Amino acid sequence: MPEQFYFAMEVILNGLMAGVLYALVALGFVLIYKASGIFNYAQGVMALFAAATLVGIMRGQVPFSHLINAIFGTSVHNFGWQVPAILAILLTMGVMVFLAWAVNRFVFKHLVNQEPIILFMATIGLAYFLEGTSDLMWGGEIKKLDIGLPQGMNATLDDVTFNLFGYGFFIDNLDIVAAIVAVSLVVVLTTYSQYSKQGRALRAVADDHQAALSVGISLNFIWVLVWSIAGFVALVAGIMWGAKSGVQFSLSLIALKALPVLMLGGFTSIPGAIVGGLIIGVGEKLFEFTLGGMMGGATENWFAYVLALIFLVFRPQGLFGEKIIERV
Amino acid sequence: MNDMSTEGYVTPDGRKIGGVMMEMKNITLRFGGVKAITDISFDIREGEIRAIIGPNGAGKSSMLNVISGFYIPQEGEVWFRGAKRPPMKPYQVAQQGIARTFQNIALFEGMSVLDNVMTGRLTHMTTGILAQAIWKGKAEREEVENREVVEKIIDFLEIQAIRKTPVARLPYGLKKRVELARALAAEPKLLLLDEPMAGMNVEEKEDMSRFILDVNDEFGTTIALIEHDMGVVMDLSDRVVVMDYGKKIGDGTPDEVRNNQAVIDAYLGVAHD
Repeated sequence: MPEQFYFAMEVILNGLMAGVLYALVALGFVLIYKASGIFNYAQGVMALFAAATLVGIMRGQVPFSHLINAIFGTSVHNFGWQVPAILAILLTMGVMVFLAWAVNRFVFKHLVNQEPIILFMATIGLAYFLEGTSDLMWGGEIKKLDIGLPQGMNATLDDVTFNLFGYGFFIDNLDIVAAIVAVSLVVVLTTYSQYSKQGRALRAVADDHQAALSVGISLNFIWVLVWSIAGFVALVAGIMWGAKSGVQFSLSLIALKALPVLMLGGFTSIPGAIVGGLIIGVGEKLFEFTLGGMMGGATENWFAYVLALIFLVFRPQGLFGEKIIERV
Repeated sequence: MNDMSTEGYVTPDGRKIGGVMMEMKNITLRFGGVKAITDISFDIREGEIRAIIGPNGAGKSSMLNVISGFYIPQEGEVWFRGAKRPPMKPYQVAQQGIARTFQNIALFEGMSVLDNVMTGRLTHMTTGILAQAIWKGKAEREEVENREVVEKIIDFLEIQAIRKTPVARLPYGLKKRVELARALAAEPKLLLLDEPMAGMNVEEKEDMSRFILDVNDEFGTTIALIEHDMGVVMDLSDRVVVMDYGKKIGDGTPDEVRNNQAVIDAYLGVAHD
């Protein structure tokens, strides 16, 4: 019995760790949705793009090298230097800020006051564009992302729990790092939006565009800021998932995992994204553990979506979302 | 009573009105084929309470939106503090020191009263994103200083008791007052009020009138307001512009306007020929 119990505990812990990563992706969606009402389908591709850019910069790859070589008949591939991880992360962040500016300048600035479905379609277009750009810039092969994050099982935790309970907990080091990073990111983002001047402006824009303009807030500036923050969150998510399973196209599909998280947590709530992520993470691991055997396994692939469906029926605004009541 | 061609004049109650702060020159505003404003010119002087009145659909709100940059007129010039103003975004107008309230109240419903009023200080806060993120030092000092200004305004408008209440929970009259507080927090050179007393009962109207007079008196703020209640307008304002069907039909002191035949016709509904 205790053996079973500890095993269940371990499953829950692993579920929490996975949930944190889901939450990280969902967070990017919530930020943009709150400030501009845009559901950014490209959030997952942004994570892919950020991770690919990071790897490319670290390796000293020449961006667009295939294109350049094809046009000029040259054969350049590398600058011949390696960039340290910290510097590469900063440079990638610079690229993400530029992307945020470009997206606003060339796409969304021209779509102000359009229907949500049009904005959504624009983000689908953006997703394909970014995916192509990412391949063109850095090549489409699967890349290994190694910025020196600890990998493998955490031996200390295994030892400690084995001595305490006679059962060693298996937790991945990377998951622990991801959890710590995600939690600090959430704390920082929440404090920033609660107490800083830009945070106040950000909430103001999310609340009422007209009023925000009347107190001297530039909507464009706020949108670039929000997309930059979402780009930063995408970078963090890209690093974590990329370190786990390599930088490849499937990375962009984590966006699909974020959808059920958002339906659970509500599209407008930062805490909702976190709690939703954790519930899905734990839920799918526990479900697989308890009932997965009876159902032929691989329940993790669909559990989240079924849960989201149930929520859509009974509580469409999610756990923390704003219930929209129109006065008649 | 006064000669408008000279610099300023003195009101019957002894307040000194300065030179021209804002001048609208031959403003015409169209929406497609519809003319909302036709060739209107008037000025607003330093320290003055200037009213814009007229029947429904006269173009009063459109005029206020032109001043605050929400609408860009097709023809005419806007002069502010001695310089011609190029076409501007509303947020740039706000940064120039023109604050406003809205007819239908545009507050940040999800935020507390204090946070709402603090947004009014944004044009006075200069620290950048990084300094704000680090928070210690300049950003923190700036927050404290601006908070002090805001607290003074909250005291002034007697809304201390609801400082932490989310705006969505407040009754209509208080929301109007919070919106005024937010506009005042910007310490504007020119304050635009779009029907500050619409939908209020007599008592609330009296409070609001008192606040408007006090603001003008204590801070010396120049105020331009739109109002329907004729009694209120005549009591509050130094000079009145009257609009009807997008045209200016009268301009002068409340007494002059009251006795203007065109104005009387507009309000009593004489047939236009």
